[in-house]
Order: sequence, then C-alpha cells, then structure tokens
Amino acid sequence: MTSVMIDTGNYIAAKAAVMACPDVVAAYPITPQTTLVEGIAKYLHTGEFKGEYICVESEHSAMAACIGASATGIRTFTGTSSHGLLLMHEMLHWAALARLPVIMCNINRVVGPGWNIWADENDSISQRDTGWIQFYCSSNQEIFDTVIQAFKLGEHEQVSLPVMISYNAFILSHTSMPVFVPEQKEVDDFLPKRKAKWKLEVENPITFGNIILPNEYEKVRKEMQDAQNNAKELIPTIAKDWKKRFNRFHGGLLEYYKCDDAEYVLLSMGAIGAESKVAIDNLQKNGYKVGLARVRVIRPFPTEEIIKLSKKADLIVIDRNISVGNEGVLFNEIKGALFGMSDAKVYGFIAGLGGKDVTFGDIEIMCKKAIKGKAKDHQIWYGLEEV
Amino acid sequence: MAIKDLPREECYIPGSAACPGCPATMAMRTVFKAIGKNMVMIVPACCTAVIESLHPNTSFDIPTMNIAFEAAAAGASGVEAGLRKQGKTDTTVVAWAGDGGTYDIGIQALSGALERQTNFIYICYNNEIYSNTGIQRSGATPYAAWTTTTVGGKTEFRKEMGEIIMSHHIPYAAQTCVSYPEDLYNKVKKAKSIKGSKYIEIMAPCPPGWRFGMERTVEMGTMAVETGAWALYEYENEVVTFNGKSKLILEGKIKRKPIEDWIKYQGRFRHLFIPKKDVEKIKAIENHIDQKWERYRKCYL
Ligand SMILES: Cc1ncc(C[n+]2csc(CCOP(=O)(O)OP(=O)(O)O)c2C)c(N)n1
Ligand code: SF4
Ligand SMILES: [Mg+2]
Repeated sequence: MTSVMIDTGNYIAAKAAVMACPDVVAAYPITPQTTLVEGIAKYLHTGEFKGEYICVESEHSAMAACIGASATGIRTFTGTSSHGLLLMHEMLHWAALARLPVIMCNINRVVGPGWNIWADENDSISQRDTGWIQFYCSSNQEIFDTVIQAFKLGEHEQVSLPVMISYNAFILSHTSMPVFVPEQKEVDDFLPKRKAKWKLEVENPITFGNIILPNEYEKVRKEMQDAQNNAKELIPTIAKDWKKRFNRFHGGLLEYYKCDDAEYVLLSMGAIGAESKVAIDNLQKNGYKVGLARVRVIRPFPTEEIIKLSKKADLIVIDRNISVGNEGVLFNEIKGALFGMSDAKVYGFIAGLGGKDVTFGDIEIMCKKAIKGKAKDHQIWYGLEEV
Repeated sequence: MAIKDLPREECYIPGSAACPGCPATMAMRTVFKAIGKNMVMIVPACCTAVIESLHPNTSFDIPTMNIAFEAAAAGASGVEAGLRKQGKTDTTVVAWAGDGGTYDIGIQALSGALERQTNFIYICYNNEIYSNTGIQRSGATPYAAWTTTTVGGKTEFRKEMGEIIMSHHIPYAAQTCVSYPEDLYNKVKKAKSIKGSKYIEIMAPCPPGWRFGMERTVEMGTMAVETGAWALYEYENEVVTFNGKSKLILEGKIKRKPIEDWIKYQGRFRHLFIPKKDVEKIKAIENHIDQKWERYRKCYL
C-alpha cells in the first residue's frame, strides 16, 4: 500500500535513495544538501539502510569512492551541492567515461564568492559536458520518483551512465510537501539488481583505464554519446512504466502543460518550472495563448521535442544560470537545436540568479513582454535591464 | 624467506612499458608475489599507468583500476566497501601510488582513508620525483637534488611521510626498499594478514630520474639505506622497530656511510661536485640526516 510522507526535498530524496537499496553511499556535507546525508545516516542507524556508508573527507573523495565501489559491480548513491559538485568535477568525468552509473542528487545552489546558499542552477549547468544524465525536478514527489527511476535508467545496459538529479536549494530541499511513497516490494519489482557492464573481480583480472590511443578513445566518446541517445528513448519509457505502476507521471524529457493551441511556449526548469504553471494558468485566463514545456532533462538534450514545439509556437526561455560571456545555457542550446530547422522566434530571460525570488507574477511579466514583441533578440536580464 | 623461496607465480606479466632498470616494476613483482591473485589494485596517475601497458592490453594479471592522480585512497575506500558488501572480504585491496600521488596531491584522500581505518594496503613507491611528467620536484625530493623544476637543486628538505602516517595510529606501517626483496615481501605479507589500514613505502631509485645507469638501481637503493638517507622500519601496534642495516645504524652498531658515497653516482647531484665540490651543501645534507637519526634514536630506540 502506498503511504504518504510529508517531508522536505532532502529527506524525500534520502527516503527514495534508501528504498533503491544502494550498496554504498559516500558523501560529504554541504549546505543545503546536509539534511540529505543526515537522512541517510539516520536510516543507517535505524537499519532501514543496509548498505555501507563512507563518511569521506571531501566531495572529490565522495565521488572517487562511489566510482571505486561502483566498479565492483554494485549500486552507489551520493548527494552534493554547489562547491561540492564543482570539487567533484574531475571525478564526474571519470565516472561517466568509466560508464559507472553512480546516482547523485545535486541541490542547485549559488557558486561563490561571495558565499550564498540560495537557489541558482549554475553549479550543475557548468557540469553539463561531463557525460552525466541531468534531471531537474520541480516538486518533492518528482524528486522521489525521479531518484528511483534514475537508478533504473543509469544502470540500464543500453545506458550505463551516471545520473544527476538536481533540485533547487531551499525552495525544494527544505520545503515540506506530501509525497506518495510506494511499498519496498513495489520498488524492488520496478528496480531489479544492477547488472554491471564491467567490474573489478578477481576471477577476471582486467586493467581498466590505462593508456588509450586516439582511435580507441574516440570510440569511447562515441559510445557515451550513443548511450545518451539511448537514454533519450528510455527516459519516457521508464516514466510511463512508473506511471502504469504508481499512477504518477511528471513528463518525459519535457513536461507539457496546457500546450494545445498555444502560440507561445514557455520553457523553464526546476522551481521556476513549477511556478510557471501558475503563471500559465493566469495568462491563459487572460486570453494569452501561452503554454509551458518544463524542461526535466538537459542531458540528453530534448532537441527533437523542442523542434516539434517550435513548429507550432514561438518559444520563451527562462534561465536560472548564465554561461558568462555568452547566454543562459537553455536559451543558447534551444536556439542551437532550432538552427536551420525552424523559423520560430526565441525570447530569452535570465532570472533568479543568486537565489533571487522568481514569482509567477514575474513569469507573467516576462511572457507578456515576449508576446507583445517587446523583448529584444538578445537575452534580457529580468529585473536588471529595462523590459 | 630467501629470494629463491618466493612464490614462482608471476602476476607481473610480459608487455610492460617500463624503463629498463625500473624500480617500480621490480617492487611490484614482489608485491604481487606476496599478496597473490586474490587482490584488486587501484592506480592513480603515475609511471605505473604507463608501466601497465596500453589499452586494451595489460601487463598485470591482477584486476586493476586507474583513478585520478589524487584519488587512489578514496577510490580504494570505495572498492573495499563494494567488495565487503558482496562478502568478498578475503580479497586484498591495494592502492599503489607514487610519491607525488602520496606526499602531495593525494595526501588528503590518504589521510581520510587512514583515519577511517579503511581495510586496505596503501603502497607508495617513492622515486623522489614526479617521474611520469618528466622529473619534477615532489614533497619527497631530497634537498639539493636537481629536477626540471628545481634547476639549481631543491632548496627544501623532504617531508617525513612515515611520521605523518604514524600519527594516524593505523595498525601497520613500514618503510622498505626495492633492493631488499625479502624485506619487502615480508612486510607486504604481514600487512596482508592485518585488518585495517596498512601503509608501506618503498624506496625506488629511478635511473632516468636520478640520472644513474640502469644497472645500478639495486645498488642505489642499498646505498640509500647504508648512508642513512632512507631507513627500513616497521610500525606495528604503536611500536617502531628498525630492521636490516637501519637497525644497526640506529643502535650505533655500525656507522652510516657518508652521503657522498650515494649521491656521487647520481646525476641529479652532479652540481654538488662539478665544477667544484659544494662542501657546504653536502654538509647540510649530512647534518639533516644526522638530525633525523638523533630523532629516531630519541623516539624509537
Ligand atoms: C590533477 C592532476 N594534476 C596533474 C597531473 C599530471 N601528473 C600525472 S602523473 C604526475 C606525477 C606523478 O608522480 P608520482 O606520483 O611520484 O609518480 P611517478 O610518476 O613518479 O611514478 C603528474 C604531475 C594529473 N594527472 N592530474
Ligand atoms: S621513469 Fe623511473 S619509475 Fe618511471 S618507469 Fe622509468 S624507471 Fe620506472
Ligand atoms: Mg614519483
């Protein structure tokens, strides 16, 4: 029987992770991820978590330990945020290139200096080229469901890649919401034990990761790309399987909200994605033909689905990140996806950096500006530039 | 255990890309013999990543995973936990790293793993330089030695890793040298039999790095011990026991040989002899070694 748990995003993530039965968790605390690792420590204490918990001395070591553990063929989990994620950077590449399905929650937090612990997606966005699959969640229920689905996806034989599940600092990590929690048996049925692509075992003494020449290395990269493409197919499939079992669905690569007949589609993610739904309701009530496509996954990038959207509507993009010297990454990548494929206009906004609140009212203003043609071609810094 | 009695089985197999006279390979061959095939090895960036040969080939008949330069001990922690979770507790987990990966960039992960009492053997083969990247200074490079980043000779003395390790109060640590295979074998064998964190450091004179002929590796190691530049000892249950020639030096039964006997064969110290003997610097090396042995006597005799 499904039960209801009312708790914060971090404790919900801890619950989901523990129900996925990882064999090894290695983690290091950082605000606002701390309650996630504390949650797992609590489950270790109560015996609900039966794996090994390595309290490492840094995030770099957390990821290295997850890599080592995963290389023995078992299931691993960790969580971090902001500076912790950045410290892991080298090991993020390592996990992906080694094709080890380490599953990790990242609580999106501002990068310093100065120190700021609020929501901002630059931490995980700056890791987008590491080969990790990247999800962005907009509710605690989505965190729960996505964490468990991520194990199934990452460990899938056609994928075998690490998966990062990001959610905004405090807005989700420290906000309580009711969440439906299935029974352990139901999770076990959905998520069978991992079958490793390769592993360190005495019976089969391979050497992994030694010197590799250009021709062979290029193939490794191509295989990663193929795996990401496989994930693109599998993410909706797994989400639909989940829906069949648990009657909950948060979308595939994108979550479409009131997009039928829309002349404009707003693309946003994370907590702004959730807030966008309220904005869309209000806008539609007032006669604006604007829908929402909440971006749940940025790697693999939902290129095909975005092109499809652009055939019927112009696009409005809100980025809670900035690739300094260029543009918000979602805005930039969406334009890249459309190049030569569509004549749709794309309007971009930067909003909510440094944890600045982005309300549905703000989102409505941004959408109206774009719809009235008042947004310029380049991306606008909402609140800093004249809109 | 005499050399002739060492196990015949080789896990260090043909195909290695090491330099002739490489101390790391000599040591590794003995380590493999001491532990046997029931082991898993983690190797960070270092010469060994080259020695092990090119993908998809290997010169190790041991399951091996390469990991980032600073991550050997952390990676090994994960491997150990993963194997333990699967009940494979009889498999020995070995992190095998150079002095750069141990004294410098990897010291944090190493210290963390030792503090957590991770059940593994961490082995550092100390060739006193970053060899892989072309002979740069490390925290293990001795005073006055030339490297490509200490062109006029290093101006600092090396750190005492052994004493740093001991301050973690792990069950077993040892210093040995590639020139004494029985000593190396016995220490590794003992480490294998102990639960918890074990640290073994192997003095590993590197012919191209130190600038000596490849036929002299063993001799350079022996002389490191006989001059007191390096000491053979074991640390077990908080007690330090010196062994071999180092024990005799400690007890004052023999005098250590003058440092010149060792450094004059090494091109990295050439500037101390040519064009003119640098008496002051040689004296500084001697004094430093004397001070070290005085400390050893005070603490461990
Ligand atoms: C983060 C990082 N910095 C630098 C390097 C380049 N690097 C590879 S091996 C090495 C030196 C290794 O020295 P040591 O550990 O003593 O091993 P040796 O080469 O002497 O066998 C360096 C600097 C690297 N691989 N990773
Ligand atoms: S440089 Fe030295 S340590 Fe490295 S392979 Fe050659 S001899 Fe061995
Ligand atoms: Mg070295």
